Amino acid sequence: MSFPWAQQYKPTTEFGQWMDDRLPVGRMIYNSLGAGYPTPRNLNYMWNFGSLAGVFLVVQIVTGIILAMHYAANAEIAFDSVEHIMRDVNSGWMIRYAHANGASFFFIAIYLHIGRGLYYGSYKAPREMIWLLGVVIYLLAMATAFMGYVLPWGQMSFWGAKVITGLFEAIPLVGKPIQELLLGGFAPDNAALNRFFSLHYLLPFVIAGVIIMHIWALHIPGSNNPTGVSVKGKQDTVPFHPFYTAKDGWFLGLALIFFTGMMFFMPNALGHADNYIPANPLSTPAHIVPEWYFWPWYAILRAFTFDFLFVPAKLLGVLAMFSAILVWFFLPWLDKSPVRSGDYRPRFKKFFWFGLIPCIVILGICGGAPAEEPYVMLSQLASAYYFAHFLIILPLLSRIEKPKPLPNSITEAVTGKPLPQAS
Amino acid sequence: MASVDTTVEPNDPVTSEPGIGGVRRRDFINIAAVSFAGVGVVATVFPLVNQMNPSADVLALSSIEVDISAIEPGQAIKSSWRKQPIFIRNLTAPEIEAANQVDISGLRDPETLADRTQVGKENWLITLGVCTHLGCVPLGAAQGEVKGEYGGYFCPCHGSHYDTAGRTRKGPAPTNLEVPEYSFLTDTVVKIG
Repeated sequence: MSFPWAQQYKPTTEFGQWMDDRLPVGRMIYNSLGAGYPTPRNLNYMWNFGSLAGVFLVVQIVTGIILAMHYAANAEIAFDSVEHIMRDVNSGWMIRYAHANGASFFFIAIYLHIGRGLYYGSYKAPREMIWLLGVVIYLLAMATAFMGYVLPWGQMSFWGAKVITGLFEAIPLVGKPIQELLLGGFAPDNAALNRFFSLHYLLPFVIAGVIIMHIWALHIPGSNNPTGVSVKGKQDTVPFHPFYTAKDGWFLGLALIFFTGMMFFMPNALGHADNYIPANPLSTPAHIVPEWYFWPWYAILRAFTFDFLFVPAKLLGVLAMFSAILVWFFLPWLDKSPVRSGDYRPRFKKFFWFGLIPCIVILGICGGAPAEEPYVMLSQLASAYYFAHFLIILPLLSRIEKPKPLPNSITEAVTGKPLPQAS
Repeated sequence: MASVDTTVEPNDPVTSEPGIGGVRRRDFINIAAVSFAGVGVVATVFPLVNQMNPSADVLALSSIEVDISAIEPGQAIKSSWRKQPIFIRNLTAPEIEAANQVDISGLRDPETLADRTQVGKENWLITLGVCTHLGCVPLGAAQGEVKGEYGGYFCPCHGSHYDTAGRTRKGPAPTNLEVPEYSFLTDTVVKIG
């Protein structure tokens, strides 16, 4: 499972030996996060966001368990119970702001983590399963975040729930029954709020389980690295501890400065003021948008303003939005280039930085903007490019692109010296 | 290019040179970093635990006013204070006398009736209706309930007997029924808490 030169776990105490013979927890930690996990020596800061996302998941679970101690999942009093948390519960305001902003920081970390994988080809063989599990984690995280946003039962909560469950209505024939099944009614009400709370509490633990598989799958081939060249020998790696525990720890400290800065000085900057108005089923807010981390997908949903053949625009938008993420499941087989790292793929690099990234940024801006020109037109162009990137550009590039020569090894790339023979 | 594979010389001043008393400079960084992180953890954990303490709305309900004008001597009422039962009892003259005749040196929790009531209002015995053993509600406040061997209160859970001053006299209860903080706003209205 690991490289043959990995340091071996040796219990230092008699108790450690006793445990190791019975329940080798220490050995497992040593081999996955300790000195027993050899890691490429050349990882850059883009490799810090996986552990950071993990920490923010823990922040969300801890603060979430606490909020659930004070929150009441009942449509009559849910809004008041959130205000009770904000005003009455000791430090409740802080814990709620940590949870609300923690969700944003989790998504910041996860987006940079995904972007790292896209650029450095971390989804390619032999790491396809890591990538696929990662997409599953992302989908679960989006479902969890959406349901969590409904719980305060403010105006944005209510109308978010109504609009998102309305997506299912677009499915031909069975759409309406499915929507009613999901809501337990004809519009979001107590039944929907209770099941959303139940699932919002459950899903993070499911995510944690998939993360364990994600890391398990990672430890088979080991981490990718900025050159994309596989580890060739001992000189290409350093033990995870203390090298990357120290680096991850330092980076976590840096991230927490930004996190607490947000939390204490601009806690509502990423939220919507309308959500401090209690849910009112008779009045929709003038400008209704999801949380920022959904904006690109929301823009794709709204880009379809026209019927195509016999397919109505509503269904097209829903299909496109789901396809935009589902296409990631096929990515390892769409991009057939054997070269992993974008650093050694000159054309891919241009399409990545000047095509895909600006396209997603434009989609994000359009998704947060009102549904009017020029944003509709921009969404349509950017949506078209988004799908073209994955379905046309990547498969074509892998055929016609001439990659730059790869270094013989990680060590050679780092030191500029060729690898000594007979290592 | 400076890189990770530069070998660390045994006399590298940063990492390995043993200074005064074998202390390396890196030891200071380690201790400082871990201490700082430790302070941060404590500062983080405190609010995460403190949130379980009574919240502001619970504390806001901490005092009540009770009209006692309708309580005749020999009667008692049960009221609720901080979500706990409270007994307000108008003692009869024989009950007061019985309480005062007890030699308090022989009691498990020595207190006189005067210690447990207010000057000039010795007939008003105001106690929590919470047995000091394990928290059941003793009998004896409502009409027709058993008052125990000492004519005060009797806890049916584990058989604690209280006398007419609410003092523990027999059974496992370790202390007398608790007297809350209270004051008479008028002769007929008492503020508890």
